[in-house]
Amino acid sequence: MKFWTLLRANLGRHKRRTLLTVTSVALALFLFASLRTVITTLRAASEFGSARRLVSTNASGLIFPLPVAYANRLQAVPGVEKVTWANWFGGQYGDGKRFFANFAVDARTYLDLYPEMSVPADQREAFLQDRSGALIGSRLIDLFGWKVGQNVTLRGTIFPGDWTFTIRGVYTPTDPVINDDAMMFHWEYLDERTGRGGLAGWYIMQIDRPENGPQIAKAIDDLFRNSSAPTKTGTEQAFNASFATMWGNVGLLMNTIGMAVVFAILLVAANAMMMSARERTRELAVLKTIGFSDRRLFGLVMLEAGIITISGAVIGLGAAKILYRATNFNAAGFLPGFDVTVPTLGLGGAIALLLMLASGIVPALRAARLPVVAALRNVE
Amino acid sequence: MALVEIRNVHKSFRRDAERIDVFSGLSMDIEQGSFTALMGPSGSGKSTLLNLIAGLDQPTSGTVRVGGAEVSAMTPAQLAEWRSRNVGFVFQQFNLLPVLTAFQNVELPLLLTRLSKKERDERVRIALGVVGLDDRLQHYPRQLSGGQEQRVAIARAIVADPTLVLLDEPTGQLDARSSQEVLSLLGRLNDEFNKTIIIVTHDPHAAERAKRQLHLDKGTFVEQARTAGTAAGAVG
Repeated sequence: MKFWTLLRANLGRHKRRTLLTVTSVALALFLFASLRTVITTLRAASEFGSARRLVSTNASGLIFPLPVAYANRLQAVPGVEKVTWANWFGGQYGDGKRFFANFAVDARTYLDLYPEMSVPADQREAFLQDRSGALIGSRLIDLFGWKVGQNVTLRGTIFPGDWTFTIRGVYTPTDPVINDDAMMFHWEYLDERTGRGGLAGWYIMQIDRPENGPQIAKAIDDLFRNSSAPTKTGTEQAFNASFATMWGNVGLLMNTIGMAVVFAILLVAANAMMMSARERTRELAVLKTIGFSDRRLFGLVMLEAGIITISGAVIGLGAAKILYRATNFNAAGFLPGFDVTVPTLGLGGAIALLLMLASGIVPALRAARLPVVAALRNVE
Repeated sequence: MALVEIRNVHKSFRRDAERIDVFSGLSMDIEQGSFTALMGPSGSGKSTLLNLIAGLDQPTSGTVRVGGAEVSAMTPAQLAEWRSRNVGFVFQQFNLLPVLTAFQNVELPLLLTRLSKKERDERVRIALGVVGLDDRLQHYPRQLSGGQEQRVAIARAIVADPTLVLLDEPTGQLDARSSQEVLSLLGRLNDEFNKTIIIVTHDPHAAERAKRQLHLDKGTFVEQARTAGTAAGAVG
């Protein structure tokens, strides 16, 4: 392209300013991609859940347990095929700075209900056979450099004391929304050591057909309505959404503040680009004298704005996509499946185009409409 | 044969509520291949006349024809196209683009043509050779003296081989020696390359190099000095 020399020379006129402007655009779009990915990940998490799984919690709240004796009665509800239960443990490892989810599960039935958690057959068997065994998420075992067969001690926060487990297996989620940053161990181990006498945190049921979900949930809640621990039953999706919604408010706040920052950075970048064109009034008048048409000057100024914004967009959005994927980022297990999506990249690209128009159109129109005699008279 | 024909040109400006008449019915011809100096005090209309001939400004009424084309009736897009082919313009302050080398500055008008890169390179080298700067191709304006900068500007003005070269105070920023070099160069362009040259100047020494001198005062030609044969001037 024969005008490339002119474009390159203009962009290189104030190298530091051009670099800072591109960096500003890149940073703004990196932030945009990151913040939007928080939202999309939360949304995906709230939408995750098999339509064939129901979750029952204590109607008074998740922190109140349910008797494990409910399992047999749940199994007897028409439409329920399988039942399992789990209990939040909340142990800390080491100095506790690196949080990860850990909970007690009824191992055999839990793994049956979650085929999305892939465990090698020998490891699965070893885990089922060892009452103090633990199953570790693939990311977590890499993070701490643990090995299968190694003992790991957690410090209990809800259930005091040191709790030592032997790693018997590693699970790998086949669905990216499932947390690969968690640890599971046997509910029996927790129950025996605490002497709680058979309490579970929540129940998960596999049902025969998704369309029967509301009817079965009602049947379950009716069954325990007059007991000392009434239940609240819903789809697994609704259960996950309740967590995600809790996060969602934080996400909304982050998003609002973040977008204001992004917008401010973009305004600074746009101003820098407009300033750059304004400083060249004399040169633009000279180019018109040489024979550059209004349309050509408009195009050249727009192209300059385009090169800056597109470069910034490619760097910012590309960095977000590559960095989060390369580091397998998941916000310490809070945002499993964190990945910058194609629609986010597309939206970022659209913002870059808008920025190009916003920052380029004013100086480009000004260049095109520049009255050459007046401009030359002012500088001659 | 007249290359530039100006007929009954009126030009007025508005400054706030006041109307300032620069020309009131100016007519004149400038012959092809001539070397004309426009002289006169500040505000006499010299630069305005140059801008009208170059199509950088439009008359309030009347016609400006250059090479048979009615410049005063062209659209901005037509004027840009026409200027790129027919007019070379040189400014008092050189007005080279500081971010481009001498070579790249001179190449600018050729970017508007359909010439290949090789053809453009060849023409740029020739133009810089004509002005005696073929050893300064890769120098930036800041690395050149004032005289050299103005010679690069002249090379830029002639590289597209225009019929008409217009110069607005080309020696105004130069020392005596550089002025002589530039004026000699203009003489060569006129003599050897048959370029029609119109120069606006305050400097009588510069005007002496021209074959025809026209003196403007308050938009009117007050005298014609050293008219060299073919030129014909009319006072408006």
